[in-house]
Amino acid sequence: MSLNIAVCIKPVPDPDYYDKITIHPVKKTITREGIPTIINPVDKNALEAALQVKEQFGGKVSVITMAPPNAEENLREMLAMGADEAYLLTDRAFAGADTLATSYTLAQGLKKAGPFDLIFTGTESADGATSQVPAQLAEWLDVTHLWNVQEFMVEDRALKAKMGMENGYINYFLQMPALLAVKRSINKPRYTSVMGVMKAKKKPLTLFTAADLELNPELLGLQGSPTKAGAVFTPSMARKGQELTGETEEIVEQLIQVLRGAGLNLETLNVNEAGRE
Amino acid sequence: MTAKTAGGIWVVAEQVAGRINTVSYELLSKACALKKQLKSPEPVVAVVLGKAVEEIEQLGRFGAEEIITVFAPALEIYQNDTYALVLQDLITARDPSLVLMGATAIGQDLAPVLGARLKTGVAAHCVDVRINEDNYLVAVVPAFGGKVLGDILCPNTRPQMATLKPGVLGKPTTVSEPSFIITNYDPSCSLQKDQGRIKALEVVRQEQTGMPLEEAEVIVIGGWGIGSQENWTLLEELASLLGGAVGCTRPVVDEQWVKSEQQMIGTSGKSVRPKVYLGFALSGATHHVCGMKDSGLVISVNKDAAAPIFAVSDLRIVGDAKTFLTALIKRIKGK
Repeated sequence: MSLNIAVCIKPVPDPDYYDKITIHPVKKTITREGIPTIINPVDKNALEAALQVKEQFGGKVSVITMAPPNAEENLREMLAMGADEAYLLTDRAFAGADTLATSYTLAQGLKKAGPFDLIFTGTESADGATSQVPAQLAEWLDVTHLWNVQEFMVEDRALKAKMGMENGYINYFLQMPALLAVKRSINKPRYTSVMGVMKAKKKPLTLFTAADLELNPELLGLQGSPTKAGAVFTPSMARKGQELTGETEEIVEQLIQVLRGAGLNLETLNVNEAGRE
Repeated sequence: MTAKTAGGIWVVAEQVAGRINTVSYELLSKACALKKQLKSPEPVVAVVLGKAVEEIEQLGRFGAEEIITVFAPALEIYQNDTYALVLQDLITARDPSLVLMGATAIGQDLAPVLGARLKTGVAAHCVDVRINEDNYLVAVVPAFGGKVLGDILCPNTRPQMATLKPGVLGKPTTVSEPSFIITNYDPSCSLQKDQGRIKALEVVRQEQTGMPLEEAEVIVIGGWGIGSQENWTLLEELASLLGGAVGCTRPVVDEQWVKSEQQMIGTSGKSVRPKVYLGFALSGATHHVCGMKDSGLVISVNKDAAAPIFAVSDLRIVGDAKTFLTALIKRIKGK
């Protein structure tokens, strides 16, 4: 069984710098100047999952993204990690898309590059974190899907997979073709080797603009987005704060007073603790 | 189907293993508030899918005026394809104005499927919703780990949908005089369309160890700076001495010092609002702060005086976390 596998990725501003994000005081737009763009962290877990399936069953792994032209760099990184080929969907017409329009565009790209037996994504992106693109992509492709996948097993032309829940998981059986949105805990993405970087330079990377895809313009970008963005603001979470100073024991004593003041009955706890001994 | 009402504020009540998830009550309380903000009030409706669900009357006590029960063996365990088929038909037939769901594992999966099938917008993992002067739903959605909040509207399509994070709306309140009808909806027509592409096999529940974060009045939280599994046990000891729960940040989950990522606090984890938040050796990354900002008293210990967590703390202690944990435990034990 040889499988044609796709992995959808998203370049995002590095989450380590989110405290540097500001809102332009006049234009009221989000300013992310100087923040590096990286591959959405959990998307590497998605690629790792795909590579493991390929290693077990044979086949091909393609990575795909809808992003500005400079995302080529991010795709090369995924090729260096082990993907076989890459597709970049880039066009001004795709801009301003919400999850429905984004997933539509990605679906049309996947149809052109595919068909695929298995599609992997991460559960969510670090920036918007809506986590809605995987399910909506599966809908546009008319394939079944599972979100928040913590474990899976390929069996013939089907899958057994666990969807992570708040207090446990649900076991599912899915028919291929299928889309799996994987959690970070599912695996540890492999490191990229120097050899991988060398090979990546020669691997195929195809660019698709709107003209290359079969598209209904009404479903694209801003126009194809049922949700509209209103005002943006940065909530103030600041507290004035007071520093407790002194020797460790003095600070601990102040803390005890504060905890008592907050209504904690430390004496009772103390007695109970002593009573246990 | 009985009385066909115009519009409606719908809450898709979630059940797992026949028990209703508390987020459903939080959503109903919010639905009641939205009803008052609408130009002409619309009924608050709870929809519950399952095989047999306990205590559905509770939905009425938290404000549902109509409870639509959709019970069938095929709906016992959540299956996205099947649940979406039923809800799509139900929503198309009854045409609610608003549909709210919990931003739980199930809600975050089901809502976008419905959005795609109904070709309408879904505002994801909102921290609040309100009705604006034009009578539209405005959903407040965090981005960039909560550093930015944005209003999301869905003015041109119906229903306007939103998922809301469990815990962000605060404790739900029961209505003083519950008055509700129960409507049983037969899903067999919808279920006939099921292609059987996905099949739920079983729900496996994993017992939580220690006190759940949502119920704790005191939460002791540690970050990556705790340094080791051994030091982590100090946090657990302190939490137990204070009768509280243990929480953590993302790096701690990655280091596997905690058994379950259910202990993670932040935008992709839990939103908490304890009376007392005691944080040790955590930097205060935006995505963590977004999940704890509504806490009562925030006390932080960090050896880095410039740690961002201090900017959102009521009390700052600049120092080594292990030293303070050990001293505090010793003091409480009275030794």
